[in-house]
Amino acid sequence: MTTTAPTKQRAAVVGVGQTHHRAKRQDVSMAGLCREAIDRALADAGMTFDDIDAVIVGKAPDLFEGVMMPELFLAEALGAAGKPLLRVHTAGSVGGSTAIVAASLVQSGVHRRVLTVAYEKQSESNAMWALSVPVPFVMPVHAGAGGYFAPHVRSYIRRSGAPTHIGAIVAAKDRNNALKNPFAHLHNEGTTVESVLASQMLWDPIRYDETCPSSDGACALVIADDDTARGSVSPAWIHATAMRSEPTTAAERDQVNPQAGREAAASLWKQAGVTDPRRDIDCAEIYVPFSWFEPMWLENLGFADEGEGWQLTEKGVTALDGDLPVNMSGGVLSSNPIGASGMLRFAEAALQVRGQAGEHQVDRARRALGHAYGGGSQFFAMWVVGADRPD
Amino acid sequence: MRDVAVVGFAQRQMKEFDGSPTCVELLVPVFRECYEQTGFTRKDIGFWCSGSSDYLAGRSFSFVSAVDAIGALPPVNESHVEMDAAWALYEAWLKIQTGEVDTALVYGFGKASAGVLRRTLALQLDPYTMTPLWPDTVSLAGLQARLGMDEGRWDEAAMASVVARSMADAEDNPDAVRKGARSVEELLSAPMYADPLRKHDCAPVTDGAAAIVLAAGDRAREACERPAWITGLAHHVDPLHLGSRPLTTSPSASRAASAAGVDGVEVTELHAPFSHQELVLRDALRLGPDVRVNPSGGALAANPMFTAGLSRIGEAARRIWQGDADRTLGHATSGPLLQQNLVCTMGATT
Repeated sequence: MTTTAPTKQRAAVVGVGQTHHRAKRQDVSMAGLCREAIDRALADAGMTFDDIDAVIVGKAPDLFEGVMMPELFLAEALGAAGKPLLRVHTAGSVGGSTAIVAASLVQSGVHRRVLTVAYEKQSESNAMWALSVPVPFVMPVHAGAGGYFAPHVRSYIRRSGAPTHIGAIVAAKDRNNALKNPFAHLHNEGTTVESVLASQMLWDPIRYDETCPSSDGACALVIADDDTARGSVSPAWIHATAMRSEPTTAAERDQVNPQAGREAAASLWKQAGVTDPRRDIDCAEIYVPFSWFEPMWLENLGFADEGEGWQLTEKGVTALDGDLPVNMSGGVLSSNPIGASGMLRFAEAALQVRGQAGEHQVDRARRALGHAYGGGSQFFAMWVVGADRPD
Repeated sequence: MRDVAVVGFAQRQMKEFDGSPTCVELLVPVFRECYEQTGFTRKDIGFWCSGSSDYLAGRSFSFVSAVDAIGALPPVNESHVEMDAAWALYEAWLKIQTGEVDTALVYGFGKASAGVLRRTLALQLDPYTMTPLWPDTVSLAGLQARLGMDEGRWDEAAMASVVARSMADAEDNPDAVRKGARSVEELLSAPMYADPLRKHDCAPVTDGAAAIVLAAGDRAREACERPAWITGLAHHVDPLHLGSRPLTTSPSASRAASAAGVDGVEVTELHAPFSHQELVLRDALRLGPDVRVNPSGGALAANPMFTAGLSRIGEAARRIWQGDADRTLGHATSGPLLQQNLVCTMGATT
């Protein structure tokens, strides 16, 4: 090995695949679910398993399916046997961090073509049970993630003075975007702000129609080096990646506008040469499992000043025809295979800059954000991809 | 590639840890020891990466509580693998290779005693065709050992000599949870546990935590007088299903060794949780008779789940720091019957 100064190698997404997301995919095993996404990603990249140097798997807690380290039994089906296999697990952000680890395999110069897949088959087990194992001195999440996050949303509304229907605007927008995405789990025709506001209150102020579904699904990406990507039709070049974490219970934490998210975004924009994200980013897929997280993360990411994110939502800026479309695919609110949810955000950003997002394509999308978070709003993973090859 | 070295290593291992399954109480002093060794503080660490298992802890997101050991704010650049922390070290090494960071602290933890380990690990098998039969780790290893004996690859005496050497070496290892020199004859007179395995052929159930500090170039030189420079780092996986891979050889270990390059290695630390698995690995890694194997006593002396692989790298690095060797190797395994293997070679020079 040499002592030359480090230069990060260029890397790009050259293949994207995902499953049709449903509440129960009882037609496939875990391996079959992953293969549905992988086969599409490989076909998209014009590759076979023979072209792949390493496989990176991501998913949320093993208790969600009831299998310890399932990548071990999946190794053959994922084409990993005889190759390096890594399994990433960073809570809800895992789909995003898995893509970032896969990218680092290429950016480090270690491999040329890496396959990454993230999945969750929630119907195999029960996520509510898996999150509710009693732990001494830790508040149980018996009420599900919505019960955990509702106080954060209430605090956001109080701090920002946002009108109380903003969440419903987000939900109606994302559910209608999902109608344009054949892979989305929910295709709820006729969702309006009024119909969302009329739905059952679950965890005040979060209503039933403002929550993500529980889905089975997978997402796969092929990430390749400069030479391979330049030979590919429409690579999504990786301009920047960032991950940040902070502990759950630190007393000085701001859970509504977490420092980890702000610092990850600052690092991301700096690496990507973005000085004004509102101007420089054409569209964003942001991890919004409960409607109100759209304005909250718009602020956390720097698209709006603190307390003003809701105004972008209210003015329609984040609509598919707005000037900063958010969650064009329908987002987590329309499909939530937890382990894959982050990677789906990263994948949608790639599809957009490749011009391959179908009916939910944003015109002239050149640079897009993919974002994921997890835990108690404490783990963040994000990337910027672009149509242009970075300098 | 950048020159990256192991410059810090600390571990705690014990039969039964009287504390939380996330072992956060062990990680805090382990980190402190790493800071003392390297002169680094929390602020000097560019990237954090851990390895652990939710099933071992019996709860989802067990690594989330472990992040508490790092300290509160500011936030850190951090990741986690659901694997032995040796693979966390691999991820951290990649991160340093991208040039994004110059230093990393890698840690692993596991409280194997919280459940019945051999039964918990049956959940690693194929959930549709194997786990419903609950084949436990020790029984599977027994089948593997028997297969090797039937093929004439090893015999009980060869297995016992691995144990005899390991237990004698463990006498000098303050962190060993099982030790005590015994002759091959004495060992062979012990009763069978899972025929052909005796209890001493199986690694003891161990709780623990460990951490390693990695640093690039001058950061490594400032932290350590004689850094253990990583000269090769590679890992591979075999199919899980027992009928679809050879069980008395280890193709993934051989591949990892070829990729990492094992020429000239003087000391190796092999992660072999069963005595006969050391014989498989020595073969797979093509280690000559002069190579010193497991001076720490290896996994038969202590096998903290999800850290024992990382600790093998730490033990091998320590031989270089101490000047005992110029070229060493640390190995980690994961999955049933040596399914997945990682090889890290280190040298006194780059």
